[in-house]
Amino acid sequence: MLYREAGQFKASYEEDQQIFPIRQDRVGMAVLLAFFFLAVPMFASQYWLQAILIPVLIFSLAAIGLNILTGYAGQLSLGSAAFMAVGAFGAYNFMLRIDGMPFLLGIVLGGLSAALVGVAFGLPSLRIKGFYLAVATLAAQFFIVWALVKFPWFSNYSSSGVISAQEIQILGYAFTTPESKYLLTLAVVTVFALVAKNLVRSTTGRRWMAVRDMDVAAEVIGIRPMRAKLSAFAVSSFYCGVAGALYAYTYLGTVEPEGFNLDLSFKILFMIIIGGVGSILGSFLGAAFIVLLPILLNVVMHSTLGSAMPPGLGSNLELIIFGGLIIFFLIVEPHGLARLWQLGKDKLRLWPFPH
Amino acid sequence: MGFFFEVLIGGLLSGVLYSLVALGFVLIYKASGVFNFAQGAMVFFAALTFVGFMEVLPGWTGLEAGSRAVFWFAFVLSLGAMVVLGVLTERVVLRPLVNQPHITLFMATIGLTFLIEGIVQAIWGSHVRGLDLGITDEPIEWILDSADIIVSKFDVFAATLAGVLVASLALFFQYTKVGRALRAVADDHQAALSIGIPLQHIWAIVWSVAGFVALVAGLIWGARSGVQFALTFTALKALPVLILGGFTSVPGAIVGGLIIGASEKLAEVYLGPFVGGGIEGWFPYVLALLFLLVRPEGLFGEKHIDRV
Repeated sequence: MLYREAGQFKASYEEDQQIFPIRQDRVGMAVLLAFFFLAVPMFASQYWLQAILIPVLIFSLAAIGLNILTGYAGQLSLGSAAFMAVGAFGAYNFMLRIDGMPFLLGIVLGGLSAALVGVAFGLPSLRIKGFYLAVATLAAQFFIVWALVKFPWFSNYSSSGVISAQEIQILGYAFTTPESKYLLTLAVVTVFALVAKNLVRSTTGRRWMAVRDMDVAAEVIGIRPMRAKLSAFAVSSFYCGVAGALYAYTYLGTVEPEGFNLDLSFKILFMIIIGGVGSILGSFLGAAFIVLLPILLNVVMHSTLGSAMPPGLGSNLELIIFGGLIIFFLIVEPHGLARLWQLGKDKLRLWPFPH
Repeated sequence: MGFFFEVLIGGLLSGVLYSLVALGFVLIYKASGVFNFAQGAMVFFAALTFVGFMEVLPGWTGLEAGSRAVFWFAFVLSLGAMVVLGVLTERVVLRPLVNQPHITLFMATIGLTFLIEGIVQAIWGSHVRGLDLGITDEPIEWILDSADIIVSKFDVFAATLAGVLVASLALFFQYTKVGRALRAVADDHQAALSIGIPLQHIWAIVWSVAGFVALVAGLIWGARSGVQFALTFTALKALPVLILGGFTSVPGAIVGGLIIGASEKLAEVYLGPFVGGGIEGWFPYVLALLFLLVRPEGLFGEKHIDRV
């Protein structure tokens, strides 16, 4: 009854092409943004901001990156964590070596270096497809982490490759409290999510989807697969790189190359599977799910078993539940949480009168 | 020169171990088109189950710990566990996902990897265990005396075992009724179905055979480096072997394993010092990647033709 597009007419092409064509969606989005920009920093505890909301946002950004490559352009990648590492170390080096480098520019430059590396490792995708490509992206994963450990220049000759992010300053204002870091992360993620949403609705995004669905057919109708695939690799790695830079600067503060391992890549892959492959909203839902699940599990187990819990059971149970959920989602709802949300919305349109 | 051969032979022999894991991948990929990322987890599962039974069996049955009887009893029980795992996988994971895109199945096996790792560690615990197959990891004396090359006894044993396994699998595929059915399914699912080959039985059999291969690989790897979580990484070692040899070819897995094993060790010894060492982790991947640029379907893989 509330959620219905009846009476909302589209009188111009602009109105027809907007992201949220229904007024209720626009209002909902505005309320959501106001909630996260205003209410959350005012009322959330430091723990929530620093340990839950910031990582959720950062992983959403990384998941958007992988979703662009895998969900929209159809190129399966197992190396997203490595591109995050490039972004983190790139941003670190730009800010370290250039005096007065603005923070946001440094982050973007870190993302751009990740994009460059991504294009280099995306080149094989022109000849290799499917599983062969997925395995080939593992080369990026192992090689990049190795290179970051082996060449101490990247970590400014610190021992064991650990870098400590510099203090974040924008126009003289230092971002030190969790609230300010959260707001900064939220602002960056919001902007990039908006860009991504528009990108996948544009010519570029349609080219990606055409290549995903059948690259030979796409080529026949005049899409250059090389440009489509490489641009997908570039944009995807850029997003992962920015996420990596934020991961180092606003979330952890100190990172080491080994932290960006294959497990993290898989985690991001799981986010898009559970959230929804080929959906920007799904990236957010998946990231929230994957970050919150272990925390929730921990709380539940501690409250039910208490100290009687055998050591190691928690991590094993987490593995079992993760694995089981992945299989469950792939079988029951291959389009993930985003699809569930879509179904819910369709139900809502008719509520409370089913006809 | 002696040192070169020593490295080469050591590399080739460890390459055989990679082939062993890659073999499990190839079997499943050929028969069901599933790229089974869980093969490494299956190796871990098999080895840990075997060691677990070795520990508990003497208590259950009163057999003498470490005796031959316990070994074979544990072997048979682990094999049973692998068959159950294979059948369950077919039932619970593959059957509902039939006709889904390959990528979906691949991601399901990543989920399966986590599931298996979690379950097996929840049952047997996650501490590192030793596994003694009764063969020591020491150089063969007469080769050391005559050619001054160190060749590990254990490596030769493992390579021989792998060779026997491959040969018997080849015979099984070539000359038994089930083997013929397996090849038919690998060739064309639809055609195989239409002449009355029960696809789901065949899949269960293939997963069981892959489980058997995983058990053998797990025992050898486990005896080599201890039964521990790191065994799951054998899958990551086998992946470049696969893309080098081609996903669909048993000889490809063997030849690919030998190439990867030898070149990895040679690169570590001769190239490693120039870039700071530790290149074993990624060199096989880069090698396989470069190779793929020339032949996108691997050494022996089927040529893929795109049709609109």
